Amino acid sequence: MAVVFERPKSLIDIPTHYCPGCTHGIVHRILCEVIDEMGIEGDTIGVCPVGCSVMAYDYFNCDMIEAAHGRAPAVATGVKRTNPDKFVFTYQGDGDLAAIGTAETVHVATRGENIVVIFINNTIYGMTGGQMAPTTLPGQITQTTPFGRSPELAGYPVKVCEMLSTLTGTAYAERVAVDSVPHIKAAKKAIRKAFENQKAGKGFSIVEVLSTCPTNWGLAPLDAIKRLQDEMIPYYPLGVYKDVEEGVFPKTEGGNE
Amino acid sequence: MERNLMKGNEALAEAAIRAGCKCFFGYPITPQTELAAYMAKRMHKAGGVFLQAESEIAAINMVLGAASTGVRAMTSSSSPGISLKSEGVSYIAGSDLPAVIINVERGGPGLGGIQPSQADYWQATKALGHGDFQLLVYAPASVQEMVDYVVKAFDRADKYRMPAMILADGLLGQMMEPVTFPEINPEAYDKSGWAANGHKMKREHHIINSLYLKPDELENSILDRYKRYEIIKETETEAELYLTEDCDILVCAFGATARVAKSAVNDARAQGIKAGLFRPKTLWPFPVKEINEAAKNAKKLLSVEMSMGQMIEDIKLAINCSKPVEFFGRTGGVIPSPAEVLGEIKRMGGAL
Repeated sequence: MAVVFERPKSLIDIPTHYCPGCTHGIVHRILCEVIDEMGIEGDTIGVCPVGCSVMAYDYFNCDMIEAAHGRAPAVATGVKRTNPDKFVFTYQGDGDLAAIGTAETVHVATRGENIVVIFINNTIYGMTGGQMAPTTLPGQITQTTPFGRSPELAGYPVKVCEMLSTLTGTAYAERVAVDSVPHIKAAKKAIRKAFENQKAGKGFSIVEVLSTCPTNWGLAPLDAIKRLQDEMIPYYPLGVYKDVEEGVFPKTEGGNE
Repeated sequence: MERNLMKGNEALAEAAIRAGCKCFFGYPITPQTELAAYMAKRMHKAGGVFLQAESEIAAINMVLGAASTGVRAMTSSSSPGISLKSEGVSYIAGSDLPAVIINVERGGPGLGGIQPSQADYWQATKALGHGDFQLLVYAPASVQEMVDYVVKAFDRADKYRMPAMILADGLLGQMMEPVTFPEINPEAYDKSGWAANGHKMKREHHIINSLYLKPDELENSILDRYKRYEIIKETETEAELYLTEDCDILVCAFGATARVAKSAVNDARAQGIKAGLFRPKTLWPFPVKEINEAAKNAKKLLSVEMSMGQMIEDIKLAINCSKPVEFFGRTGGVIPSPAEVLGEIKRMGGAL
């Protein structure tokens, strides 16, 4: 009988520590499908963040490095600069990438570092139990915004793709979601494009993935998906924010238009 | 052998390249500036990578990334910058990675000053980051020794899979002296058992990591590391003993300060005072056997430092407080003079 669906070879067959209903599993799977389809597992080095995906090194079958909080882009830079023929990716959450690691994020992009960043935006710190993230929506209740995030007190969410797309070094920035089959397919296509960019030496590529955190949102998995669709996507519109290949540039970057 | 007149910071950089360093990641700070500038000029010609990072924190993590793939990597900075790197140094130690870190010390705390200091002794030898770990710490006292110890630091870092530091200061970094570059044939350590450089579908995946959520696993990883530390303490200590055989007063100093102290010891001898010098070249491991040998006939010890007195604690521990240990130091970037140190020796000698 023909096998039509199986586990990606580069995704190790062990139980993960992720909560039921968490979308990390979907993102891990499509990332590994891309690695398998491109046949690059043996030439790929991944860098894990601090956060819920801190132990992703146990799940991805390529060589893996565990970085300090926020420092994955710097670690990836050290790997890529000394191994330019290898594929290098980071897998980072919103607190890691857009709060404690903002400097590393901005500068890895502006250097045009030829790596892929997979950015999981679920508007909350998951591993530490649900605190306000840089991407937490105005009004969102978290452990550290018990009355809802007040922009007066806690400022506004960081829109990462919008911000990074203004940097000349960014080759590709796309925001996707994993809430539905069409969106998951689009997310995989974006991740594939990011890795193809790296193969072609185009420079820095980031795929921001809108994801859920049922546990810390206090929602059942399906309700969490609904929140992603109803609240997150309107605030964080999906789409390509920058693609030097296709001529997609943000309006603010006049020099490249 | 060819002799070159070189500035300390530039000699450090040239020695690193000759020792097989393949990448330098750094961030500008005085007084180590010339080191990075030299690397920027020379590294690409040597087939390596020079990259100015966005921060000290990023620089040390770039070192971690490069070292993870089995490449010889280094960074350099000065005191406030080393504080910023401490997070990454802890991760490097916890991940059992080799790396070389150079600290061309300046005065602290805080922004401090930009003149020479030795006030990072505690930081380097006791706590360059959180957790149970040590770095190898070398304390050169001349431009030639800077060259020799950079070469050794890369070798020992690879050998023991741990970070190694050159603890220099602004005086050594900025001064010019003749140096000879020895014939260097870096030993190639086999890193294929752990390096994360792509498994080519020929082996299990490698994981570079410092996270152990099970306490007994974390404890075991630390115990393994401390077994290596015991071997290092047994085999890697180095010190210079000068006129110590019959000395009454043993002056103890490291780095640039030891040169001042040596002048004072010579002056004291000329005046009939039996002074000697103990100069540790490794600060961790501290040369315990060597100082006990140097101090065996001494009546008193004097620690001379460019700080408020940090190494003095290791001296007292090393000799089990068996003899009086006094202190003289200048700090904040002030360099003690031979006359000042001689004054202390005479004061102590007069009381014998």
